[in-house]
Amino acid sequence: MADKAELLTGLAEIVEEVAGVAKDDVTSEKSFVDDLDIDSLSMVEIAVQAEDKFGVKIPDDELANLKTVGDAVDYVAANSK
Amino acid sequence: MTTLKLSQGPAATRVLGVGSTQPDRAVTNDELAQYMDTSDQWIRDRVGIIERRFAGEDERLVDMAVTAGAKALADAGADPSEVDTVILPNCTMPTPIPNAAAQVADRIGIKAAGAFDINAACAGFCYGLALASDLIRGGSAHKVLVIGAEKLTDVVDPTDRSTAIIFADGAGAALVGPADEPGIGPVSWGSAGDLVDMIYMREQKYLFQEGQSVFRWATTQIAPIAADAVARAGLELSDVDVLIPHQANLRIVEAIAKRLRAQGAREDMVVADDIRYSGNTSSASIPIALDHMRAAGTVSSGDVVLAVGFGAGLSYAGQVITCP
Repeated sequence: MADKAELLTGLAEIVEEVAGVAKDDVTSEKSFVDDLDIDSLSMVEIAVQAEDKFGVKIPDDELANLKTVGDAVDYVAANSK
Repeated sequence: MTTLKLSQGPAATRVLGVGSTQPDRAVTNDELAQYMDTSDQWIRDRVGIIERRFAGEDERLVDMAVTAGAKALADAGADPSEVDTVILPNCTMPTPIPNAAAQVADRIGIKAAGAFDINAACAGFCYGLALASDLIRGGSAHKVLVIGAEKLTDVVDPTDRSTAIIFADGAGAALVGPADEPGIGPVSWGSAGDLVDMIYMREQKYLFQEGQSVFRWATTQIAPIAADAVARAGLELSDVDVLIPHQANLRIVEAIAKRLRAQGAREDMVVADDIRYSGNTSSASIPIALDHMRAAGTVSSGDVVLAVGFGAGLSYAGQVITCP
């Protein structure tokens, strides 16, 4: 299983690049929609980049369940190769 | 044994002229927000559209097609008598019988034309352009008028904010004919019928699309098709002056451009953003964008234009053309 702190750092870089949110603001408890103001299409872009970066599949129906940054880190940690 | 004689046309084709038309009625985001839960900012952020054109009840698909086709002929300085084939990509004719192409040809003054509609949804114009070029090269046709025309407001639920803010009406056309130098490159096309449920007619009445899934497909799978079209034309991505993706959603357009730039397309490549004031007009969006960009001077004669369409089916097609 990948190191969650590393995953969080990597995910924060993706969120910053896609949505222009400062990566220091991307912390585990933050909600993508409510706290970081990320819309559904940006979530897809984040998922696509995370798939490339972490070697994981994030289908659209799973994506809907990833409410917080921590949810996404946990999902990637559990599903990456 | 009898041997059939075969026809053969010229080696190369090009676009001789383009034309387009849109309904007069411009519909702003604020107007849409009066009868559905949305806002100007929400629409601009999600799809990049500022306003779109809606046809009135008396403005039919075939009427828009006639206007756009006639303008393309005028742009090329061609007489209707020079044209022998009309291809009409569309997916919104109100009834399947009769087709649109024959009556549109007749009204433009093109007599006894080979005339047929094709349905490759939002990829239709690029499919039509490929057919036109190969019909000429094979000797089946001499000059072909390709007209993408759509009245999407007929198939959109006006209260459904996932589609009503995006789709619009219009027509765009290109006249294709023989050329000394190739001006239309080989097509890169295909389909993904396993993904048919991403875009379909709900209860056979209203257009429905799985927005997130379509966005993911379009932003990841279409840039490679566009790049393949460039390779088939024997060019490098850095040779492309103008990128005209189907105007589906400005964020899809920008994502395709970003991927192509990461692979070698130039930073100063002009990228069509006609959707901002035209909305998504399916098979009409690429020729409308090309026509508008020529008029605005952002595209010039001789520019290398990369066109790529994608949509329901799912289907996709792209090719390189030289701007007339």
